[in-house]
Amino acid sequence: MTKLVGPFGDTRDDGKVQLSFTLPVDWSEAADEAARQLAGKMGFREVQVVEGRPIASGFSFFVIYATTTQAVDVDGIVAPSAGAHAMSMEQIDALVHERVGRKIRVAGACIGTDAHTVGIDAILNMKGYKGDYGLERYHEFETHNLGSQVAVEELVRFTKERRIDALLASQAVTQKGSDITNFTALSELLEAENVRDNVVLICGGPRVTNLLAGELGYDAGFGRGTLPSQVAAFIAVTLAERLRQGRPHW
Amino acid sequence: MDLRIDRRSVERCRDLAGAIVAPVEAFIAAHSTVSVERAVLRLLGVDGISAQEVPLPNTILDALPPHERARGVALPFGKALAETGLEPAALAAEIAGGRYALDEFASTPQAAARGALARFVDSALDRIAAMRAERAVRLAVLPQLPPPLLYVIVASGNIYEDRVAAVAAAEAGAQVIAVIRSTGQSLLDFVPFGPTTEGFGGTYATQANFAIMRAALDGASEKLGRYVMLTNYASGLCMPEIAVMAAFERLDMLLNDSMYGILFRDINMKRTFVDQHFSRMLNAAAGIIINTGEDNYLTTADAVEQAPAVLASQFINEEFAHRAGLPDAQIGLGDAYEIDPDREDGFLFQVAQAQLAREIFPDAPLKYMPPTKHMTGDIFKGHLIDAMFNLTSVMTGQNIHLCGMPTEAIHTPFVGDRALSLENARYIMSTARHFGDEIALRPGGIIERRAHDVLASCEALLERVAAMGLMAAIEAALFADVSRAPEGGRGFDGVFERAADYWNPFEERRLSPGRPG
Repeated sequence: MTKLVGPFGDTRDDGKVQLSFTLPVDWSEAADEAARQLAGKMGFREVQVVEGRPIASGFSFFVIYATTTQAVDVDGIVAPSAGAHAMSMEQIDALVHERVGRKIRVAGACIGTDAHTVGIDAILNMKGYKGDYGLERYHEFETHNLGSQVAVEELVRFTKERRIDALLASQAVTQKGSDITNFTALSELLEAENVRDNVVLICGGPRVTNLLAGELGYDAGFGRGTLPSQVAAFIAVTLAERLRQGRPHW
Repeated sequence: MDLRIDRRSVERCRDLAGAIVAPVEAFIAAHSTVSVERAVLRLLGVDGISAQEVPLPNTILDALPPHERARGVALPFGKALAETGLEPAALAAEIAGGRYALDEFASTPQAAARGALARFVDSALDRIAAMRAERAVRLAVLPQLPPPLLYVIVASGNIYEDRVAAVAAAEAGAQVIAVIRSTGQSLLDFVPFGPTTEGFGGTYATQANFAIMRAALDGASEKLGRYVMLTNYASGLCMPEIAVMAAFERLDMLLNDSMYGILFRDINMKRTFVDQHFSRMLNAAAGIIINTGEDNYLTTADAVEQAPAVLASQFINEEFAHRAGLPDAQIGLGDAYEIDPDREDGFLFQVAQAQLAREIFPDAPLKYMPPTKHMTGDIFKGHLIDAMFNLTSVMTGQNIHLCGMPTEAIHTPFVGDRALSLENARYIMSTARHFGDEIALRPGGIIERRAHDVLASCEALLERVAAMGLMAAIEAALFADVSRAPEGGRGFDGVFERAADYWNPFEERRLSPGRPG
């Protein structure tokens, strides 16, 4: 049994939608008509431009109500969960407190010559990203943000010295595959120094995917739009699980 | 509206801020930084980049041995000017090209150096004064709309795209345009050069970009018959240099906080304290209004709990600013509308805090920041929260009003988002223009009690900070729950003690034209 649903205005299957957009033209009645035709080309029917006005020279803003005949089968849709471990800062702190029993030592850096700390700072700095606090703010994390242009050797030395539990490597610049080269160098050096299994190894950056991370021998990869709590939850859950299984750790 | 605050408590807070800042000022007077010295070079006319694309002020300073650097870059540079007879820009290029080295001229008498520099020091001060005078003339001919001044951000990464967005925003009612910087620029220990068309979440602050935007807004100002202000960020590792560029290119405001970089960007505190002082001296001379960053306390922690820290930071920022020569009219102290919208009577608390700042700092052009932390993808609710923020701003007489965007949590604003946001602000501020003058706050009511509580807690916090000393207090995480060590953080290697014969010609002149050295 499929259950097709479409937008609901005030009656089932009336297909009513609202949309608004800006066109880069001075406002005129022709501009209103242009907006109406554009909505028609988008596939909408019964298009009503309920508001059209100039917002600056060369720009007009429109509000439109229209009808769509499209519908989808909701029951037939499988959506992957947005975050594997969606938890709040308080929940994560509580989990670490209970299941790890000490603060988790985290270090992060932009490795190689990369100076774009936007990603790593969004995850680590207290301010965080989109209202989601960074790891520095977590009670149960001891966070070290080593900043930009950190040599892989330096990061591994720091990891051993401070017995870092979770290591975050960030790369924004991808020219000539420099990100892959640097990520690979880090995981290989950790292996060579016999400490790879002691850390939860994470890479991040606008072009990073979890799939890529797996190929590079990382435990996880986080891309554009990642919230600090997603990274924090991954670290907490992964480390807690390793401890439970009695796998290597510091 | 009158909160009937305890004036003795306000005086006590000011006295405490003085006691907190005085020892830091003693530290500042005994130190300089690489960015201060690079700012001196920029003031003298050094600009451009080397063949390796390193900015020339960096090239010159990096080549200066530490014992020479401790005396300030002006003397060795002045000696080289005297010996070579070159102009500063040409000399800098020759040094970068390896044809001269500053230590070649060590034996040149100091008087010769001072003599050679005098003309260029004068011309820097004249240029700053001329820009200040030009702003005054333009403001007289093209008067602004009444405050709150509506302030919006452009942030495409491409200065030429930003220019289009800025002019459109000005036409939609914006009175102040901020070009948000590329993320991470605050951590660069140099200022990029030339016009830029690529950035990360913003556009690089360069002198060329400043000039491009200034020209575009001057054009829009003339067309609209009202002066449109331009602002950028003198924060991070290059506060003094950005202040020079802003003074030269007639920016009207700069974000410039005495502690923001320390707490929220992990920049070394000694570096920040020295840098903020020199940058604020420049801002004072240039007539640039600073905007302080108290909003950050509220976005990183609970806004209700952090209210006393906001007020304490305002007192400390005011004290640092006064000591750098900034008058009240140039001190845009910050606050933000960040209380959880689900909290009952949250609006009353916002009014209490905003009015408290208004009454304590009556002559400061207060900067009010919009809701960000509790904005979601629900643009309709976001628009409503922004309306309450707009109402609070107009009824408490805020001066610089950063317009909230309904799409705050979604993307950097579209041209249509800015127009909707400005319309919201214009509507609320017009329909409620004199509301604040018409109402009296109930004695002993929620708003008054909240304001009194915040002031009392602020006084207690300042007492603790004064007892510990500011640097120790920051280390003990008394501000924003962040601990920073006095010698930790970025940029500490760029701080150095001044030698007994340290000399900075601009400091000597207090950056004020016509005032004898």
